[in-house]
Amino acid sequence: MPHSLSAQDVTTPGGLLLVLAILIPFIGMLIGFVFGGGKAMRVALATLAVGLAIVIAIAKALVQSGDAVIYILGGWMPPLGVALRADGLSVVMLLAIAVVICGIGVYARADFGSPSGVKEARAPLTFWLLLLAVWGSLNLVFVSGDLFTLYVALELLTFAAVPLVSLDGRSETVRSALRYLLYALLGSVLYLLGAVLLYGVYGTLDIPLLAMRVRPEPVAWAALALMISGLLAKTALFPLHLWLPPAHAGAPAAASAVLSGLVIKGSWFLAVRLWFDVFAGVVTLPSAQTLGTLGAAAILVGNVVALRQTRLKLLIAYSTVAQIGYLFLMFPLATGLSSAGLDSAVAVNGGMLQAISHAMAKAAMFMAAGLIYTTLGHDRVADLRGMTSTLPMTVLAFALAGASLIGLPPSGGFLAKWLLISAAITTLQWWWALLMLVGGLLTSVYVFIVVVRSLAPAHDGWKPKLPVPRYQQAAVLALALCSFLLGAAVLCPLDVMQIGRTVSRNTLLP
Amino acid sequence: MNGPTLFGLCAAALIGFGLYGLIVNPQPLRKIIGFNIIGSGVFLLFGTIARRGAAAGMGGDPVPQALLITGIVVAFSATALAVALLLRLFDEGGVVTLVSEASPTEAKADPPDA
Repeated sequence: MPHSLSAQDVTTPGGLLLVLAILIPFIGMLIGFVFGGGKAMRVALATLAVGLAIVIAIAKALVQSGDAVIYILGGWMPPLGVALRADGLSVVMLLAIAVVICGIGVYARADFGSPSGVKEARAPLTFWLLLLAVWGSLNLVFVSGDLFTLYVALELLTFAAVPLVSLDGRSETVRSALRYLLYALLGSVLYLLGAVLLYGVYGTLDIPLLAMRVRPEPVAWAALALMISGLLAKTALFPLHLWLPPAHAGAPAAASAVLSGLVIKGSWFLAVRLWFDVFAGVVTLPSAQTLGTLGAAAILVGNVVALRQTRLKLLIAYSTVAQIGYLFLMFPLATGLSSAGLDSAVAVNGGMLQAISHAMAKAAMFMAAGLIYTTLGHDRVADLRGMTSTLPMTVLAFALAGASLIGLPPSGGFLAKWLLISAAITTLQWWWALLMLVGGLLTSVYVFIVVVRSLAPAHDGWKPKLPVPRYQQAAVLALALCSFLLGAAVLCPLDVMQIGRTVSRNTLLP
Repeated sequence: MNGPTLFGLCAAALIGFGLYGLIVNPQPLRKIIGFNIIGSGVFLLFGTIARRGAAAGMGGDPVPQALLITGIVVAFSATALAVALLLRLFDEGGVVTLVSEASPTEAKADPPDA
């Protein structure tokens, strides 16, 4: 099949790093599985360090070459072969996820460490293995260059994430896990159906080739609709969010942080990839407005229901439902910009920043809630007294993460909302700007309630149920600080996210 | 009606039945079976596409067949995981239902204090 993508079809320097970024977590998982017991944690932590170094090396290769990092598997060219590609969008997600995973790893040492004398416990072993599996699958989602590999990556992500929900094995969490799995399976089978239709018409699943061949016609619209609705079920966008709160709130704190901060970003990133890279010439502004409307409903419903929650973890889980809504506001804004003939990079960057700052902030919030639960023995929002004096770093971390979710300067959330709102104003879609401000206001109410409740002095003679190690608090605070200071990304001289995008950003075919 | 059209229509019908079953049936086991019926439809469609794409004198387009095998393996593992969760749910509670005792918004976040 003739095609002219000569620059796309060679393995670039550093291409092998992409293979390592996928393989190292899975190799670590297998080694941990073989050794088992208490050694799994040490293997996992070592793997985290190696993986972080690899991801930094990929970022370095990307910035140095100024173009996407590519690896052609086995030297077989697409469309017959499979390519791994990391452009700017992939690399920032790789970096952000690596940072969050490392933070969670440090935190989970205390919760899932194997005490000496105990031979092997099911939950810690499962947690460490699945943490690595989630990481490997996410890396595969970010660097895959063809739609079928992406399907396999999404399925791996689901299989790794579902057992994290039911780590403690209570029937309530097993039920949440099963409900999550059924939603995810429906989503992935719809995605696969869309991919099959695309292959039937265009004869390839390679993203750059497909982007060149795809035309606005009914079968492309059907495939787009199937794939995006499948991904919405996996990302838990309103009204397909019902599985998320019980699943995320019922898991142990470190697992909740993985699920809420990271796992949902995988399917969301794939929706971004499809919308902006594969179907750039097919998507229309009304379809983008539909996604934006669902996002708007998610923001309002998620925030209002979060306000009514009496348990801290459920409150944070509903806050995730709302924040997923923000992630989908970038679709109408970026499509609006490009259909007006403008550069959509502002809106895309805003959406990506929102995803990254939410990943860090939400992981920090769930882990802070975990520490509060350990100290108090419960997580009732109405009775958080004494927390500020007992766990000052944790409450500070919760407040900083909350500030990032609200969008206070200089947080990452602020910069993200700033970019999105300026895109909304440029394209005269002021209603999205208004909605983002209302959402921020609602978020600030529940963050404020939690912080104020925790400022109340403890009862006389109250003792923490269990002491909390200082390094756990430091890990939570570090992640929250990352999210809070992410706004400094505006000082970055280079628009890293737009390096090596395969599709030109400001062309929308008529 | 030629072969590919017939198989394509069968695939569409399977996907429709499966989707209906997955969404409408309340029992998890039936939902899992519904998922498998959708999967069969998708795989049949992919096989049909492989046959139809064999215009260049070959017996069939080999790429969909390779992907199909992978897809079947993935669907099989998904089913195994779902059934394992289902069995665990039955062991724990003796009932198999997706409806929580509490309403979803008030579902228990944590076990009661030990």
